[in-house]
Amino acid sequence: MAESAASGHSKSSPLKLYFGVWATLLVLTFVTYRVAYLELGPFNSVVALVIASIKATLVALFFMHVWHASEKLTKLVIVAALFFLLLLLGLTMADYATRTWS
Amino acid sequence: MGMPTVVPQQRFERETYLNKEYGIWSWLLTTDHKRIALLYLISITFFFFIGGFFALLIRLELLTPAGDLVQADTYNKLFTQHGMVMVFFFLIPSIPATLGNFLVPMMVGAKDLAFPRINLLSWYLYIIGGIIMLHCMLTGGVDTGWTFYVPFSSNFTNTKFVEAGIAIFIAGFSSILTGLNFVVTIHRMRAPGMTWSRLPLFIWAHYATSIIQLLGTPVVAITIVLVACERALHLGIFDPKLGGDPVLFQHLFWFYSHPAVYIMILPAMGVVTEIIPCFSRKRIFGYQFVALSSIAIAVFGFLVWAHHMFVAGISVYSALVFSFLSYAVALPSAIKVFNWTATLYKGSIRYDAPMLYAFGFLGLFTIGGLSGLFLAALGINVHVTDTYFVVAHFHYIMVGGAVMGYLGGMHFWWPKISGKLYPEGWARLAALIVFIGFNLTFFPQFVLGYLGMPRRYYDYSHMPEFQVLNVLSTAGATVLGVGYLLPMVYFLWSMRYGKPASDNPWNAAGLEWKTASPPPTFNFDEEPVVTWEAYNYDELDAPPQAQEVTVA
Repeated sequence: MAESAASGHSKSSPLKLYFGVWATLLVLTFVTYRVAYLELGPFNSVVALVIASIKATLVALFFMHVWHASEKLTKLVIVAALFFLLLLLGLTMADYATRTWS
Repeated sequence: MGMPTVVPQQRFERETYLNKEYGIWSWLLTTDHKRIALLYLISITFFFFIGGFFALLIRLELLTPAGDLVQADTYNKLFTQHGMVMVFFFLIPSIPATLGNFLVPMMVGAKDLAFPRINLLSWYLYIIGGIIMLHCMLTGGVDTGWTFYVPFSSNFTNTKFVEAGIAIFIAGFSSILTGLNFVVTIHRMRAPGMTWSRLPLFIWAHYATSIIQLLGTPVVAITIVLVACERALHLGIFDPKLGGDPVLFQHLFWFYSHPAVYIMILPAMGVVTEIIPCFSRKRIFGYQFVALSSIAIAVFGFLVWAHHMFVAGISVYSALVFSFLSYAVALPSAIKVFNWTATLYKGSIRYDAPMLYAFGFLGLFTIGGLSGLFLAALGINVHVTDTYFVVAHFHYIMVGGAVMGYLGGMHFWWPKISGKLYPEGWARLAALIVFIGFNLTFFPQFVLGYLGMPRRYYDYSHMPEFQVLNVLSTAGATVLGVGYLLPMVYFLWSMRYGKPASDNPWNAAGLEWKTASPPPTFNFDEEPVVTWEAYNYDELDAPPQAQEVTVA
């Protein structure tokens, strides 16, 4: 396993990219902080969640090597995880959305 | 008749995973999946008896209507710790971490799991979680119920909720790592010729289980963190005063904890699917359906969680959908039950101990599953919510189903694990005692619940007419306790005094029976190449040999 893992990631991303992603994450964190002080009503949460999702995607793509993953299993895991997250959010929100229906 | 073949001769010192190295460090630092399975076996047995001890105290308290043995607070802690220990420290790791750990690599023809060190790490995480849970119990315990609903757990209880939460959080990661190891092993480490359609159904069941462990467990871990955050930092997540919603907790909790039931039952189904063809000498009926129904259960299992919340104030429309989906999850389970029964049809059935447990599983799981359909129906659910009907239902699934499967599997593979035969007569007696004790304990609870006895009451002196059924239940629990002690005694006995087992005492199909008992460290002396379909009992029994047949 060890050697196949090593050969799979031999084209590992250069340090520059990692620092770039890191800087982007820091900038986005700062943006989250600043936006929290703007009066956007319900959109405060929306903006915060969108930024957080972008950050999570960056981490998964670059720090967790999903961008270069050739493994089908990796892709399967990501698709499955997103699908089940969607189920969790979707079915939970379906409850909240329909509570006031008469 | 019935007794497995005995090979008394030529047990010269062959190197096995058991005698390769000696000493405590050869166990505590091992990366051999078989040794880690035994470490898990010892640990979960320890927690099983702790959880059982709490159960015994609960049953003793309910022997009389008055709350006279323990105080109300103590009783709350007893059922909480019983649930937490049994669910998180026994049932969830039971079959996957012991039998699964031992068998998954062997059944796919691999030398070990994909990540042996992560496998050992998972055991250490389990032990760390277990020690924290023990400390929590010894220094006061928790009284929230194993479901630790808010706002009681976040705002009111003054017992050790955070400590118990940390214990469960850590143990959860051991479960995730086991699931991860299985998924990668099953995808990547199969022997040449071991295609997906040739995999034993035990593997399919464990694959489905691993999906739930991987996708569900993080959610409960995060939920625990959120409760702790609200308790410690007053973040508004579940508390309406701070802008949160208490029902959100139940959504998050049951998103994991309902599928967690399938973490317990799917591996037991896998065990039964191995046992029934072997002791009927037939290929499993409808291989593809049994395999895919495991996956279907894993997926559907994630769509039904709100049936735990019908009286919690969720939307009526949402409740209707969840009720319907809960019926849907019965379909793949029913497919399995019918296929097992069809496998038995015209088989040459033998009543050895593993098969007795499999039969027990078949009946008890069916009762548990059908009573689940009662609970999926909105009207009946409201009527019996929080009564003993619910307690009886989930014990039929978790104890009647999962523990029966676990014990059946332990008997079936014990010759492979230990290289020794257990005493068959005692084993059949124990299986019978467990079956009788189980039904005597839990069947009266269906009646109690339907008549309206609420769960979690320590004192029912205002309804003394419930005593007869409670006495039956307590009597059954003592019988059940004897039934669980017996296998532990004779398994230990057989390790020293048992007759040596041949490599394949049951003449079973499956790669794990093609290697020695007990297996060498790397499982096979040479890499196996698979050229046959799973459960090829017709081929196994084809050569002219003295095959005993017992007519059912």
